Amino acid sequence: MDLKELYQDIILEHGKSPRNFGKCEKYTHEAKGHNPLCGDKVQIFLNLNKDKEVENLTFEGSGCAISMASTSIMTELVKGKSLKVAKKIVFDFLDMIKNTQQIKSEELDEDQKIKIMSLSGVKQYPMRVKCATLAWHTLSSAMLKKKEEVNTETIDS
Amino acid sequence: MEISEAKSQFPIFSKKINGKQLVYLDSSNSAQKPLSVIKSLDNFYKNEFSNIGRSIHTLSVNATNKFEETRMSVKKFINASSKDEIIFTKNATESINLVAATFGQQHIKKGDEILITELEHHSNYIPWHYLRVNKGAIIKFAPINDDGDILIDKFKELITPKTKIIALTHLSNVTGTIVPIKEIVEIAKKKNIPVLVDGCQSAPHIKIDVKDLDCDFYAISCHKVYGPTGVGVLYAKKKWLETLPPYLGGGGMISEVKKDKVTYAPLPEKYEAGTMPTAEVVAFNESIKFMQSIGIENIIKHENELTNYALEKMKKINSVNIIGNPKNKAGVISFTIKGIHPHDISTIVDEEGVAIRAGHHCCQILHERLNLPATARASIGIYNTKEDIDILCKAIENCRKVFELK
Repeated sequence: MDLKELYQDIILEHGKSPRNFGKCEKYTHEAKGHNPLCGDKVQIFLNLNKDKEVENLTFEGSGCAISMASTSIMTELVKGKSLKVAKKIVFDFLDMIKNTQQIKSEELDEDQKIKIMSLSGVKQYPMRVKCATLAWHTLSSAMLKKKEEVNTETIDS
Repeated sequence: MEISEAKSQFPIFSKKINGKQLVYLDSSNSAQKPLSVIKSLDNFYKNEFSNIGRSIHTLSVNATNKFEETRMSVKKFINASSKDEIIFTKNATESINLVAATFGQQHIKKGDEILITELEHHSNYIPWHYLRVNKGAIIKFAPINDDGDILIDKFKELITPKTKIIALTHLSNVTGTIVPIKEIVEIAKKKNIPVLVDGCQSAPHIKIDVKDLDCDFYAISCHKVYGPTGVGVLYAKKKWLETLPPYLGGGGMISEVKKDKVTYAPLPEKYEAGTMPTAEVVAFNESIKFMQSIGIENIIKHENELTNYALEKMKKINSVNIIGNPKNKAGVISFTIKGIHPHDISTIVDEEGVAIRAGHHCCQILHERLNLPATARASIGIYNTKEDIDILCKAIENCRKVFELK
């Protein structure tokens, strides 16, 4: 396995300079996630407008390059989508990490698909899959307005 | 045996990891096993297996003798006064839980204080936390400085008439600090407070003499001492084992059982309920023999040299930060690299066949104190060489390359 497949330039770049970092002023949904094995923590802030569109999506937290990049890319891709589409993208992402190389979402354009698929290399590193999925599970929890913190040890992948 | 021959005794080093020779720097987590230990397990199950204790038949008598031979070896290894002071457990975690539960049952009441330190592994905190939850005990954490040394003056100040027990590590699994246990026991003895020592990290790397330390309890995990998993040791002064209540109840730990009354077996069986990890205890004797064949002084000398070599070399790498700088340090080197998360470090060096650990190493209190979410840790064992350190340093350089650090 070539390390460059895991640490692609796009991942390193997002890891170093994550997009949408920080707590946004106005938000309707939030959730916390925690990976107790490595101490990674993430908090998601989501603002849903009256048309049920993700008007803003930001995050705070600390973690490895994979988890920071995954969270950063997620916020970029989900921002501006309807709640329904956002849920579909989360589902498709988790499916990609678990089962396939390709992302199925028709709601994403080619550039966005390339971006999201840069994370699929993590499949070769079973111990690192949770680094990539923590933020996505946490976003899912925020959208469902769940109260308890997401814990990577109690969810499936 | 010469220390230079030690590595050849470990079959795992003939295996390739990711196509590379294995550089195992995770011995603080668990140590690899020499062939003599593996052979002992194999031989016991093939030729000698039986349960120990109660049966009259030949196999059982022989198995019991071998089991007890290990107890005698452990007694000598740590210089205990009697074999009755050596209790076999599952691991050091169980050893500490045994003391916390039985001592807590008899001696801890609401408002009593338990003094531990900021260096402790979760296994020397959570068992005491149970007494906080169930009995209303108070846990105090003796502070450390940024070097990773316990502040002895502050430690003394935290002792009050309510302090019922002191529990602390002999060797930190993060900073490598060798804690001055003798000095601390002397302080505690003046106030008549018993001391439990978590000897998980120290047992394979420094000389243990419980008579000289004069501690009340000493906990060991055999898998870190080049032995099998599933075996731990609790050393305790006889006066405690005779007066504390039993821990696990069941077969083997009883003397007489009536419908209205139960009496317990004498030591050490009082604390060894149920079928023990017989083959593993027997095999642990080989670990002790292996260490003794090299000599603990030679082990200490070798590991000190390697630690100094590693520290010197790692400090020269740009953006590497070594965690802690204790007065007395063993071969546990935790570090961070500015701009690279420890998990990324661990994944990248693994590609070079280098096994290190990344995370909080079961020391969240210590990481919080040091203001670090996680660290990478290279820990040295009997089989490590300068070449291993060179490969580690090259792998660290590769991390910087992958992350395009200047």
